[in-house]
Amino acid sequence: MTYANHDCTPRVVDVSADAEGGQRTIRCLIAKVGLDGHDRGAHVIARAFRDAGFEVIYSGLHRAPEEVVQAAVQEDVDVLGISILSGAHNTLVPKVIDGLEEYDAFDDTLLLIGGVIPDDDEAELKDLGVAEVFGPGTPLEETIEFVRENVPERR
Amino acid sequence: MMSADVQPLIDDLLNGSHRALARAITKIENRDPGYRDLVATLYEHTGTADVIGITGSPGSGKSTLVDKLAERYRERGETVGVIGVDPSSPFTGGAVLGDRIRMASNVGDMDVFFRSMSARGSLGGLSTATADAVKALDAFGKDRIIVETVGAGQNEIDVVRTADTVAVLVPPGSGDDVQMLKAGILEIADVFVVNKADQDGADRTVQELSEMVELGRGGVSVDAGHHGPDAVDDIGHGHGDDGGWTPRIVESVATRGEGIEDVLSAFADHRAYLDESGRAADRARQRYAEEIRTLLRQDVGELLEEELDAHGGIDDLARSVAERETNPYAVVDRIVEPIEACVSDRRD
Repeated sequence: MTYANHDCTPRVVDVSADAEGGQRTIRCLIAKVGLDGHDRGAHVIARAFRDAGFEVIYSGLHRAPEEVVQAAVQEDVDVLGISILSGAHNTLVPKVIDGLEEYDAFDDTLLLIGGVIPDDDEAELKDLGVAEVFGPGTPLEETIEFVRENVPERR
Repeated sequence: MMSADVQPLIDDLLNGSHRALARAITKIENRDPGYRDLVATLYEHTGTADVIGITGSPGSGKSTLVDKLAERYRERGETVGVIGVDPSSPFTGGAVLGDRIRMASNVGDMDVFFRSMSARGSLGGLSTATADAVKALDAFGKDRIIVETVGAGQNEIDVVRTADTVAVLVPPGSGDDVQMLKAGILEIADVFVVNKADQDGADRTVQELSEMVELGRGGVSVDAGHHGPDAVDDIGHGHGDDGGWTPRIVESVATRGEGIEDVLSAFADHRAYLDESGRAADRARQRYAEEIRTLLRQDVGELLEEELDAHGGIDDLARSVAERETNPYAVVDRIVEPIEACVSDRRD
């Protein structure tokens, strides 16, 4: 009988370490919402997450909030990272949150925002349920570490 | 025995909760505790969906075609499930799953349920996980389920062959691609789609494919006719002379939505052939036979891994072979003999 050779066993990020040996890979959706076309940051973070062993779904540019919600719900992601550089975060992010709530998906999705967000707005977004805001210059390791530590325990 | 915690999830899924469907697929992918009960329970609700497998080389236009197909199905009022399989990195296990980007025609339409799955470097596990995810979509009530993979290796071929109808996308212009197909994808294709048919070389690719198909059914020559750059039509006879299925060849330009109806009618013809000829039932039985075998191999494999550990682990055993203290056959005999003894005791 041929069977798994040990070098090929899947390397799984074991965040839940459940006793029954279930495999757990962190899934992330990196989304660009609205009209801004600057996706360099989204690409960099998608690559970094991939290299950290996460599964990353990238939305592509110019997504509407409902598209992001559809993707986050269907893909059952642990992490939703929204990249916004247009300044429209105060309108777009609440729409995403409402949509996630509609599908009962808000509570166990770690919602992160990347981009240029004024301090006042940051506080407001966090009140709405955004877990963290990462501004320009945030080291990639910091974001990855934050995800590892804060991925919600799931049902 | 049903573990209590998956029952609410199953109820929600059968009641049409998208969230529950998504979570069920996650459990299947992660092989969470309870996933076996979950799939086992879903089984009785499956069997109504038409499953289409789509494969082809990177850049052949699979995702765009899937998007357009989903759009047409929705226009007819049918619900659609899509599973897009992407390879994962063998080094980190990470993956960027990009098929979703092309699903632009079905924005915000929850009745197109698109799910990305990565290969996760598992051996044979991918086809099991995909087949189980298809069961979840089927039980949920999806009319059409499309499984999309890069046709790169055995794993991916195993995935699409679980479908009722398999379409292989061939980009035009490269004779090498057609050569590559001979090595294994040809046998599984029910429909060849020459996508990007507006590009140079489409005629030749169609010609080469039709020659290959004819060769495959015994060398009957066929006049493929002339195909201008904008000609979108199909060749092939559908039902072969012996009552079998001759793979159809269809041209499309998925980005412009051209030829999509031809692709759909080729799928419909194949579906009709499956039903009329009784091949649908044969295929289903074959599929279940393979599922049983795969599950058996996995479970027995896990059992053997435990036995390996109980015998000191593979590293130590390998070292003792390297030092010529023993040999692989003796090691395996030592591990398997007690198992064989147990099994034959129990069988009597």
